[in-house]
Amino acid sequence: MVAWAVLALALFGFYLSWRATRLHRLHHRVDVARAGLEGALARRRSAVLALAGAGCVPRAGARALEEAVAAAGEAGERRLDLAESRLSRVLRDVVEEAGPGGAASAPPVRAEVEAAAKGVHIARTFYNDAVSDTRRARRSRIVRVFRLAGTAPLPDYFEIDDRPPRTAPPAARPDTL
Amino acid sequence: MRIGLVCPYAWDVPGGVQQHVGDLAEALTGMGHEVSVLAPVGDAGTAVLPDHLVPAGRPVPVPYNGSVARLSFGPRTATRVRRWISEGGFDVLHVHEPSAPSVSLLACWAADGPLVATFHTSNPRSRAMAASSRALRSATEKINGRIAVSEAARRTLVEHVGGDAVLIPNGVAVRAFEHADPLPGWPGEGGSLGFLGRLDEPRKGLAVLLDAFALMAPARPGLRLLVAGPGDREAALAGVPAGLRERVVPLGRLDDADKARAYRSADVFCAPNLGGESFGIVLTEAMASGAAIVASDIPAFSAVLEGGDAGDLFSAGDPADLAERAGALLDDPERRRALSAAARRAVRAYDWETVAADVVHVYETVLAGQGTGDGRRPGVRLDTGPRATALLRRGSV
Repeated sequence: MVAWAVLALALFGFYLSWRATRLHRLHHRVDVARAGLEGALARRRSAVLALAGAGCVPRAGARALEEAVAAAGEAGERRLDLAESRLSRVLRDVVEEAGPGGAASAPPVRAEVEAAAKGVHIARTFYNDAVSDTRRARRSRIVRVFRLAGTAPLPDYFEIDDRPPRTAPPAARPDTL
Repeated sequence: MRIGLVCPYAWDVPGGVQQHVGDLAEALTGMGHEVSVLAPVGDAGTAVLPDHLVPAGRPVPVPYNGSVARLSFGPRTATRVRRWISEGGFDVLHVHEPSAPSVSLLACWAADGPLVATFHTSNPRSRAMAASSRALRSATEKINGRIAVSEAARRTLVEHVGGDAVLIPNGVAVRAFEHADPLPGWPGEGGSLGFLGRLDEPRKGLAVLLDAFALMAPARPGLRLLVAGPGDREAALAGVPAGLRERVVPLGRLDDADKARAYRSADVFCAPNLGGESFGIVLTEAMASGAAIVASDIPAFSAVLEGGDAGDLFSAGDPADLAERAGALLDDPERRRALSAAARRAVRAYDWETVAADVVHVYETVLAGQGTGDGRRPGVRLDTGPRATALLRRGSV
C-alpha cells in the first residue's frame, strides 16, 4: 500500500517536472523571440537611416524617415508599438512614392530596407506565436494550481502594422519575352 | 549554415511534400549551405537517393488526412532520428508537416534548439490535425518559427493548432522549365488544349475540360486535347463522345523532362481544378514554361495568376465558360503571347531561388535571438527530457 503511494507520488512528481520543464522552455522561447524581434527592429531602423542618407529619396521623405526612426528609438516600451507602426507607414509612403525603378535607382540600401522590413514581420510573427503558446500553457489548471510559472511575468503580444513596402515584381529577362 | 531537413513521407513515392523538401535542399545547397535530409525510404536498393539523404527506416502505409500516407514511426525509427540529430551538428532543424505521425514529429520530440516547421496541409476540416493538436502540443510548442506554404495552409494551422505562421509559397524550379521545347507533333495546325494531372482524381477537374472540349470540337475540326498524367485512362475518358475520342491524346505519366515539354505542347494550357488546391504547383510549372493558361477561378489560382493578368480565369466547374475563354484564346495568338510573357514574369516570385532566400531569412530570424538567457552552445542538440530542477527554479528563465 505504502509502496503504491510512493510510486504514485514519484510518478506525479515526474509529471510535474515534465510540465515545469516544458513551461520553462516556453518562457525561454519567448525571450529568444523577443531578442530576435528587437534585433529585427534595430536592423530596420539603421537600414532606414541609411536609405534616408543615401540621397535616393526626396528630401522631405528623408526627413520624415529620420524623424520616425528617432521617435521609435526614443519611445519607451509602452509606446514602442505606435512608434514602430508609424515608421512602417512612413516607410511605405516614401518607398512606394519613389517608384519601383530599375537597377540604377534601387541601390543596395534599398534592398537592405526591404529585407529588414520583411525581417520585422517574420520576427514579430514568431514572437507572437511564442506568446500565444505560452499564454495557453499558463491557462492550464495544473500550471496554476502548482504555480509552475513561478514569478515569470505573463508575456504580452506585440501588435504593430509591419506591412513592408510593396516591392516591384522582378523584371523579366529580355530573352524570355 | 548546417541545416537538417526532415520529410515525414516516404522518399521513394512521389508527392508534393517530398518534392518541396528535395527542391529546397537543392536550392539551399546551391546557396552554399550544408544540408542533410532525413526521410523514410521504402526500397533503398532501387530508388536513386541524393547524397544528402539519410534513410530513417521503412515506411508503412497509414490512412492519414483523407488518403493513405507512407509514414515511419516506432522505437527503431526514433533511435535513428536521435542519432541523426546528435551526430548532425545542425545549426537549425527544419521539419515538414510536424503533425503527421512520422519522423518529423519524432524529430520535434528528440530535438532541443533552433526549430523551424513548414505546414503544407490545407484542410479546413482536418480531423487528424484537430484531434492531434492537443496531444502533440509537447512537440509543436518547441517550434521557434512556423512557415505555411499558402494562405489556406496558414488558416488551417491557426484554426487547429493556434499561433501564427509566416507565408512562404512553394517554389518552382523555373530554370528546369523555361527552355523546354514542345513534344514532337505538337501543338499542331488545328490548335490544341493541354491538361496535366491525375486523371482519376475528380478535384483535378479533367471531366470539366472534357465537357468543354466536346463543346468546342464540332466547330474546330483540327482541335486536339493533350492529356498527361497517371491514372486509369479508359475510365477517365469514357465520357468522351466516340467521334472525338481519337482527338484526345493521353500520354500517361511523364518523366520530368517530358513534363516540362508537355506544358509547352498545347496552344492553351488548362487548369480546371475544382478546389482543394492550396497552391497549384502544376500552374506555376506551366507559367515557368511560358504556357498561355486558362485556369479555374478558385482563390489559390486567382492569387498565383495575379487576378487574371498572368492567365485567363474561368468560372470553376463551368465547361461552357471554359470553352468560351479557351476558344477566344485559340483565336488570338497576340493575346496568348502577352499572357505567356506575363506568366513568365509573375512566376519569378515563386522561383526556388527567391523562395529559398526567404526560408534562409526565417532561419536567420530564429537564430538571431539564440544564446539569450542560457549560456549553452548554440545549435540543435538532443532534448535531455524533464529536469527536476525546473520545479525548483520556476519562472526564472
